[in-house]
Amino acid sequence: MVVDGVTKASFDELVEIETNDGERRLGKVLEVGSGKAVVQVFEGTTGLAITGTRVKFLGKTMAMPVSQELLGRVFDGLGRPNDGLPDPVADKFLDVNGEPMNPQSREYPTSFIQTGVSVIDGMLTLVRGQKLPIFSGSGMSHNILAAQIARQATVVGTNEDFAVVFAAIGVQYSEAQYFKRSLEESGALKRSVLFVNLADDPAIERIITPRVALTVAEYLAFDLGMHVLAILTDMTNYAEALREISAAREEVPGRKGYPGYLYTDLANNYERAGRIKGKNGSVTQMPILSMPADDITHPIPDLTGYITEGQVVLGRDLFRKGIYPPVNVMMSLSRLMKDGVGEGKTRSDHMEVGNQLYDAYSRAQEVRALAEIVGKAGLTGVDLKYLDAGDSFETHFLKQSPDENRNLDETLSRAWDILATLPEGELTKIKDKHIQQYYKGSK
Amino acid sequence: MVANGKIVWVSGPAVKADGMSSVKMYETVEVGDSKLIGEVIRLTGDVAFIQVYESTSGLKPGEAVIGTGQPLSVLLGPGIIGRIYDGIQRPLDEIAEKSGAFIGRGITTSPVDMKKKYKFTPSVKKDDTILGGSILGAVEETPLLTHRILVPPNYPEATITEIAKEGEYDLEHIIGHANSKNGDKIELKMYHKWPVRKPRPYSERFDPTIPLITGQRIIDTYFPIAKGGTGAIPGGFGTGKTVTLHQIAKWADSKVVVYIGCGERGNEMTEVLVEFPHLIDPRSQRPLMERTVLVANTSNMPVAAREASIYTGVTMAEYYRDMGYDVVLVADSTSRWAEALREMSGRLEEMPAEEGYPSYLASRLAEFYERAGRVRALGSPDRSGSVTLVGAVSPSGADFTEPVTTHTIRFIKTFWALDTRLAYSRHYPSINWMQSYSGYLEDISKWWKENVSPDWYELRAESYHILQREDTLKEIVRLLGPEALPDEEKLVLEVARMLKIGILQQNSFDKVDTYCGPAKQLKLVRLMVMFYKEAQKALKEGKSLADIRALPIITTLLKAKFEVTDEQISKLDEIEKNLSDSFKGNMKEVKVTV
Ligand SMILES: Nc1ncnc2c1ncn2[C@@H]1O[C@H](COP(=O)(O)OP(=O)(O)OP(=O)(O)O)[C@@H](O)[C@H]1O
Ligand SMILES: Nc1ncnc2c1ncn2[C@@H]1O[C@H](COP(=O)(O)OP(=O)(O)O)[C@@H](O)[C@H]1O
Ligand SMILES: [Mg+2]
Ligand SMILES: [Mg+2]
Repeated sequence: MVVDGVTKASFDELVEIETNDGERRLGKVLEVGSGKAVVQVFEGTTGLAITGTRVKFLGKTMAMPVSQELLGRVFDGLGRPNDGLPDPVADKFLDVNGEPMNPQSREYPTSFIQTGVSVIDGMLTLVRGQKLPIFSGSGMSHNILAAQIARQATVVGTNEDFAVVFAAIGVQYSEAQYFKRSLEESGALKRSVLFVNLADDPAIERIITPRVALTVAEYLAFDLGMHVLAILTDMTNYAEALREISAAREEVPGRKGYPGYLYTDLANNYERAGRIKGKNGSVTQMPILSMPADDITHPIPDLTGYITEGQVVLGRDLFRKGIYPPVNVMMSLSRLMKDGVGEGKTRSDHMEVGNQLYDAYSRAQEVRALAEIVGKAGLTGVDLKYLDAGDSFETHFLKQSPDENRNLDETLSRAWDILATLPEGELTKIKDKHIQQYYKGSK
Repeated sequence: MVANGKIVWVSGPAVKADGMSSVKMYETVEVGDSKLIGEVIRLTGDVAFIQVYESTSGLKPGEAVIGTGQPLSVLLGPGIIGRIYDGIQRPLDEIAEKSGAFIGRGITTSPVDMKKKYKFTPSVKKDDTILGGSILGAVEETPLLTHRILVPPNYPEATITEIAKEGEYDLEHIIGHANSKNGDKIELKMYHKWPVRKPRPYSERFDPTIPLITGQRIIDTYFPIAKGGTGAIPGGFGTGKTVTLHQIAKWADSKVVVYIGCGERGNEMTEVLVEFPHLIDPRSQRPLMERTVLVANTSNMPVAAREASIYTGVTMAEYYRDMGYDVVLVADSTSRWAEALREMSGRLEEMPAEEGYPSYLASRLAEFYERAGRVRALGSPDRSGSVTLVGAVSPSGADFTEPVTTHTIRFIKTFWALDTRLAYSRHYPSINWMQSYSGYLEDISKWWKENVSPDWYELRAESYHILQREDTLKEIVRLLGPEALPDEEKLVLEVARMLKIGILQQNSFDKVDTYCGPAKQLKLVRLMVMFYKEAQKALKEGKSLADIRALPIITTLLKAKFEVTDEQISKLDEIEKNLSDSFKGNMKEVKVTV
């Protein structure tokens, strides 16, 4: 929307728009100059008439009122209560865009979060302050996995529970309800703040939803000292809203019509995770996104992967086989695992065991492909062992129930069970001393 | 006369101001009431297009824009090493002191502590002739680095009339006076400023012939880079660009390291800040931070300063080169820098070339990599130094045909192609040995022959040949299975597997494996080649491949990289003996211990 006769508007300023029939909407200034302002209207421009629409420049950027009272509440995608309760009393108002965290002030994340999910704890370890997205596809079990993590996540040896900030971005009512119920049943709802922009809510509002959610997450973490798990779902809807605005402004597009600044824009959200020196709290981010056509090279998962500290990728094949969680470990990665595991943090063999499992499963996949061509009969003895190791990896380690909470020792012991099916000489990623201590197989 | 104009238009980091007729291209300006720092990037009539290095949120048309008369410059003098700067040389620790854990705006800081005193030792005396670039004396910047005080390179020939005695001085102290030929009086301090977009001059350029030793086997042995050379490391996300650059920054045998985090993760910069002070340089036994300077403009920091960060970094690198040092600059990631160019270009509504990038992308990349080199510095005494440039490239969708990768390839000589599949199978570093190349191989092989071993080149070639053969054989295996191959070719596959695990794969996070010195690299390769030859012989003698595969020495060879440290390298000689013993007799009885 372009506004004429503007004299005092500033860039990024919040705007209130009053339609002919008295309805109020919010927007912000995208561009200003020569008496004109380009305004992005969050609730969409349908129903705005060329004449008669009045615009008020509010002289401030968009801010979210925050306080402890937000806990247990549900808001809309712009941060307004939608649970029928009154506005919470604000402790202060925070600019929803946040400010970049100074790398000098960051505390490097190193505390292991036990999620109780073997594949994550054993091979894709999550640490406090990490941003680890789930890359999924339509219909797969990302919500169940995210909810399981939200229920079970703990830092062993502390009894600090996570506060959950949940942002539904353009998702269906049932998905948002699923999370709410799951938080309710585990008693976590009173430690949670929910932001809900549903599929039929205005698309432009989605630009703001992760920002208000992360503003609240930062407040809970760095003002109130809480450990926050922020779940943002579905970031694909967010990126699509961004594309819509960009197209409307006729900007030069980057790949697949997404704006050239998609990377920077996503980074401005994803980088709002971490820890700060001298402060107690943390923001751990778990964005969820669906890969259009399960394609990981699509700009949304691609640019996300370039920003986040790893990714948990769900695989269609495993999902079809009925394996939960259907994590494709080869494509998945936790970049901060190396910092959260090992001597003094978890167990000294943790990293090596994880690496060896990757290696074994990757070999198993190769052998499977080979067996397709030459048949099992054409395989050597060692290859056959890998074939079995691959199967037991899927059934004994990867697969677990959505309400099964395994501690790390159990996870690692299951991992050693699988490695025991391989000859000792194959374990080239494990130091001899750990083989002596844990290896149960034969030469 | 300084320009004094008014903002007429704001869109993100791009601002238009009029009344700017007296401003120059690339001049820095103060924008708006909160005096944000900006740079003029286009002039049409009296309208200036300005890229603003800080968030422009809240900026209004009508606010003032004031010229500074200066191009965007860095301050060069003692106090830079060990610091972390933003893209325009503002120290992040001072920003944190002034605005807390989150970066505020309009903060002015000094790049180095102007009040700190350094012990200056002069190396010139009265009546000596000095030239631009000459060394006046030295101070100890860190225990690892003697900082040579340079005459600014653009100063004329002059005669010293007075030079400070050995003593403690701060940076503003005038340590020397000189008279130029045409009688101008020159004052000399321990620092000067230099515009970042202008390469620092030198007197002569040499061919790079000395390898930069990084302690990474696949780099040093197979795809080496020379001191003063250029290299690029493209790869999809998670393939190992950052880890590889960190490894180079940690272990390269250079005097100074400039690490530029350009549009990447905040935690990765923090990691360097936390780790480097505790890591000990294997050559000097001093903390690595004492030779490192960081430039950090993370992905969520203002995009225009991301564009500037590359120039800020390379100008500092050239400055240390001019002292006569070898400098390595690593930039993670040049793609984010290119995207910053694209974003500014888009805001200025320039005509885009491929994928929205401006048509000048290629020339900007060329100009950047041209700033690498091994050179003879200006002035006296005679000395040479080098800047080695290594850039990460982050191709969208890991597709190497996109513009930033394709243009970069034209301007670099070492290419380390990261392979998503290798990364998926946890083969790290996931540098694809068939796609990568080094244009320095021939030039630096002399160094290896003279300093490590005369058979270096042959061993490298023989082992690489095994990998090449495996690459062709793999196709057959894929179609027909391994049993379709004769034993001699199956052996090639086996040894290639050993080379991949025992040599090419290198775990950066393992205490021992993280650094592998040249001597150990050579011995490991030699062991593998020996194994191949012994096994070939054994096959010819009628021994079975199954028996060869069952030799316990194989596991020993595969684990030697992390079970044997650089200090206990003689253990590799024992393994070598075990290796030849393994093939004696009926083979099965030899026990191996390390
Ligand atoms: N296990 C492996 N070990 C070493 N290198 C590998 C491995 N897997 C793949 N590569 C490397 O990755 C590259 C591509 O692998 P490969 O040739 O098996 O697939 P491809 O034929 O290219 O498949 P497509 O044609 O579908 O792209 C190879 O050049 C090889 O160097
Ligand atoms: N040489 C290596 N040794 C061990 N792990 C590695 C190595 N290189 C990369 N990795 C693993 O890959 C992950 C991603 O590497 P990174 O350099 O951050 O990728 P990129 O910068 O290309 O996105 C790291 O977090 C680490 O787990
Ligand atoms: Mg990286
Ligand atoms: Mg192929």
